Amino acid sequence: MTGISAMPPGLLLILGALLLPLFGLRMRAALVLGLPLLTLALIWQVPDGISLRVPFLEYELEPVSGDRLSRLFGTIFAIMAFAGGLFALNRARIVELVAALISAGSAIGVAFAGDLITLVAFWELLALSSTLLVWSAMTDQSYRAGMRYLVIHLLGGVVLLIGVIGHVADTGSLTFTAMALDSPAHWLMLAGFLMNAGAPPLSAWLSDAYPEASPTGMVFLSAFTTKTAVYVLLRGFPGADILIFIGLYMIFYGIVYALLENDMRRILAYSIVNQVGFMLCGIGIGTELSLNGAAAHAFAHIIYKALLLMSAGSVLYMTGKRKCTDLGGLFRSMPLTTICGIIGALSISAFPLTSGFISKSMISQAAADETMAVTWLLLTAGSAGVFLHAGIKFPWFVFFQKDSGLRPPDPPLNMRLAMILCALLCIAIGIWPAPLYAILPFPVDYVPYTRTHVVAMLQLLLFSGLAFFIMLPYLQRTLTITLDWDWFYRWLGPRVIKRMSQVLSRWHVQSRSGFLRQLGNLFGTLFLYHGPQGILARTWATGSMVLWVVILLGIYLVAYYY
Amino acid sequence: MRQPWLVRPGTIRLLWVIFLLVLALTVLASLFTEVHARFRLDGSFAFNAWYGFLSCIAMVLVAKLLGRLLHRKDNYYDRD
Repeated sequence: MTGISAMPPGLLLILGALLLPLFGLRMRAALVLGLPLLTLALIWQVPDGISLRVPFLEYELEPVSGDRLSRLFGTIFAIMAFAGGLFALNRARIVELVAALISAGSAIGVAFAGDLITLVAFWELLALSSTLLVWSAMTDQSYRAGMRYLVIHLLGGVVLLIGVIGHVADTGSLTFTAMALDSPAHWLMLAGFLMNAGAPPLSAWLSDAYPEASPTGMVFLSAFTTKTAVYVLLRGFPGADILIFIGLYMIFYGIVYALLENDMRRILAYSIVNQVGFMLCGIGIGTELSLNGAAAHAFAHIIYKALLLMSAGSVLYMTGKRKCTDLGGLFRSMPLTTICGIIGALSISAFPLTSGFISKSMISQAAADETMAVTWLLLTAGSAGVFLHAGIKFPWFVFFQKDSGLRPPDPPLNMRLAMILCALLCIAIGIWPAPLYAILPFPVDYVPYTRTHVVAMLQLLLFSGLAFFIMLPYLQRTLTITLDWDWFYRWLGPRVIKRMSQVLSRWHVQSRSGFLRQLGNLFGTLFLYHGPQGILARTWATGSMVLWVVILLGIYLVAYYY
Repeated sequence: MRQPWLVRPGTIRLLWVIFLLVLALTVLASLFTEVHARFRLDGSFAFNAWYGFLSCIAMVLVAKLLGRLLHRKDNYYDRD
């Protein structure tokens, strides 16, 4: 097949992004908003199956391979690039816009990659452009956090690449399709994928790097990297049991760390890990309902998480503050930001009539249908915990609690429009889930709005709210951070290396001086005997030479005689 | 300066009353919904209400305990 459908949709965004710096403000705005929409149109032109083959070395690449799952993720990535672009318009540095569009394009590239080489190429491009997004805040902290981000993601990329090479060596096939965990290569691929999902133990990069990006940068960052990982896990490892355990760990890790956190954007970063945990559980359960649920939840999550981060980003943009201890009472002067933040918070908590309600419940329902009692109970507790750490905690500490005395107005028009767009989408999907259900990977036979389900969810959430206000004295914020696994490479590692270099250099100095002393002695001895005054270096007279020859000949004569 | 309506003590009292009423209503509502109990636990009366409440209390306490162990000053990594 040729023509427009054979163009990799992600490539349009990537190439278009590189043109941005050439244009003035107006044209740039048109490109930032127009390119994602054009890409969206391209995505829906891609037919099922492989529509482009490119020979490469001895392989054949399939950079454009479409199906329902690819289109679903491509669609949400393009929508997100548009909404994020609107939010960042005229506010973000040009390098940030370029990086954002490239990372959106790479995520779409991964979603349509039919072969593993294309996948790895876009995967690495996503890591590089995301690092650039972190760096584009242009602060000291963002530089260092971006470095740590890059190191972890390059490591993940290498692990993935080794897995891919092993897979190709084992099977001879480059096609990216569902795999079983039956070889070291597949385990390595899973590990590479999971590193981008924010799975333990290397999950700290997320809450470390994202909050250091600019107010607009984190909106983009939240959408692409982790959800690309969700996509590849959905396609590559559906039904892998281990994902249930990893997902449950991530759910509670996100809740507990967010409860302990003081930085509003880091609270939301931990809640990304928490939400991806729900998706991994859905992938691990592996039924059609749960896979649909994971895909739908990724779709809904990208929008409401962007909305939450836009509202947090607006607060940061207008006040320059991000710690809960410095904020509070902002509802007085930022009504729109408050309302949009609350809509995002209700959506992430899966309140009825919001997008989270119609997506997350599919995962819990699938766990119940499979009679996974413990998983279901933990997922339910996790849902309650989401309301606790993101649903109430974020809006409460930022917009209400005490009066911080800050009176910033709502942010500029384009930021307000972006928030309104996302808020409307959250509610529209929640009230009218049919269009989303229609583009999920499997046919949907699930009705979210039953009386039982609505009452159950309201009970769960409202009583969680009661628990929040009862436990409020325990939740007062302090100027603290919480140690995570990254302590090993940010604190312990450098100190071990420093200590080792101290010990080694002392040993080196000592052994070197000892060796030099020995060498000195040796040279001294040699000099004593062979030096200019040495006994063996004296010039000998010809006479003594003759004398020695006579003596030798004499001994020889005597010896011969006998 | 007069405080906005939302944060006056009278309003906050009113909001609490409304909140507790709504809570009571959701519990009452479970009398009128049929429960599809799949496990023994989720068939109990107003399961989601007490389970959500208790699990949240538990999570806050666990977080509090972990915090004692893992909290550091927020300039911990920047000191050197």
